[in-house]
Amino acid sequence: MSALALPTRRDEAWRYSDLDAVAALWPTPAPARIDVAAGESAHHHLIQDAADGESAIHDYVVTVADGARCDFHVLNSGGRFGRVTIDVTLGKGSHFELGGAILGGGDQVLEIVTSVTHAQPDATSGQTIRSILAQRATGSYLGKIAVARDAQRTDAFQSVKAMLLDRTATANAKPELEIYADDVKCAHGATVGELDKAALFYMASRGLDPATAKTLLLRSFVAGVFDAVADEAVRERLEAAALAKLETLV
Amino acid sequence: MLTIDNLTNEIDGKAILKGLSLAINAGEIHAIMGPNGAGKSTLAYTLGGRPGYAATGGSATFEGRDLFEMEPHERAATGLFLGFQYPVEIPGVSNLQFLRESLNSQRRARGEEALPGGAFIKLAKEKATLLGLDMEMLKRPVNVGFSGGEKKRAEMVQMGILDPRLAILDETDSGLDIDALKTVGAGINAIMRRPDKAVLLITHYQRLLDYVKPDFVHVLAAGRIVKSGGPDLALQLEREGYAEVLAA
Repeated sequence: MSALALPTRRDEAWRYSDLDAVAALWPTPAPARIDVAAGESAHHHLIQDAADGESAIHDYVVTVADGARCDFHVLNSGGRFGRVTIDVTLGKGSHFELGGAILGGGDQVLEIVTSVTHAQPDATSGQTIRSILAQRATGSYLGKIAVARDAQRTDAFQSVKAMLLDRTATANAKPELEIYADDVKCAHGATVGELDKAALFYMASRGLDPATAKTLLLRSFVAGVFDAVADEAVRERLEAAALAKLETLV
Repeated sequence: MLTIDNLTNEIDGKAILKGLSLAINAGEIHAIMGPNGAGKSTLAYTLGGRPGYAATGGSATFEGRDLFEMEPHERAATGLFLGFQYPVEIPGVSNLQFLRESLNSQRRARGEEALPGGAFIKLAKEKATLLGLDMEMLKRPVNVGFSGGEKKRAEMVQMGILDPRLAILDETDSGLDIDALKTVGAGINAIMRRPDKAVLLITHYQRLLDYVKPDFVHVLAAGRIVKSGGPDLALQLEREGYAEVLAA
């Protein structure tokens, strides 16, 4: 299959995409490359806040050399279709950390697709994804972890939680593990839930109006995703953008 | 302050309250006692406006307004406080943030200005001290990891901060040891025993009433108030049991 061929539903990594939007953007430019040299650490973030009706695809290819570390934070919340893909290859004893929030309403289709390859021993990776979806929005996380034959003592986790504000919204969470080493820890957990009705009544009984109560609960649900952002100004931008989007969803 | 007239409701198609009437005036403390399944908690939830607990008949007037026309948060802003038998845990939201937002939401609804941060912290400290709750607990998420007794103390700290006109306290004494019961009782007296306030204590046992002396005691059985009296009625119930007193 040529790299330029338009993806179809049969391609696992495009299963939940808005293919009409993809067709309009196709072919996409070459991915952005991030190479973290041995022993270095790097921080990256992306606020995907394309205008209403627009579509955006952001592709990254990341290599983290021996003993290096890469922290990546993503807020995926804009446009009719927003797709962020991160393809990571980890060197010996390196670490990759992803904190991602997917916040969507209306008919938005938003996705984060990751592939993390533990190519060498002793590398660790952590991925924390929180999605809040309202109306008819679709939010998807597809996360593949590949562990090479000699990548012993790999330690990887994925924590994926989604909150649906309407019964018409959709959350997809798809972990995929491909493990060829034998001394490996790979943990993944995924949940889909709704706002806690008992908590909402408790909050109302204290005088909180419904919109404020919901916003408080949703903020606490995504809190933590951006806690580890080292640069305070960046963290505030991510949090402010997330809060502004949340307020449009409740 | 609160007038309930011939209140009926159904939960999941089953009649629970069957014509309950009760009037509470400012300056009064009322206790409602009753056997399990009499409808005590249902009454509290119905007055508080919990979804699924709508009245099917009768009326309730609070501060001159139709209680059932108001949303739960509007009832709170009008001065109603509901103390929960099982306070709800809210992970990720600190007590202080929760209470400050709640208080200011109430003040907004009443057309008052928000309380500045410094004044709020001072108020929270004062009420935490009154109830013997460590201020550090108020920095933690709402009720998360609190023991049964700590949850009830925290409920009373909330009541102190929100300063309601009428407190409906549903089994506030359950889960409390003797020392905590004393502290909570003293807290209720300090916060609510005022000429312009009133309390409705819902309880299974007499023991809280040793510390918070009611002016009126009512027995709720099978969805109705079947007997009313003074504080002596609670003592008689404790001595003789519900079956005996109701048969008499």
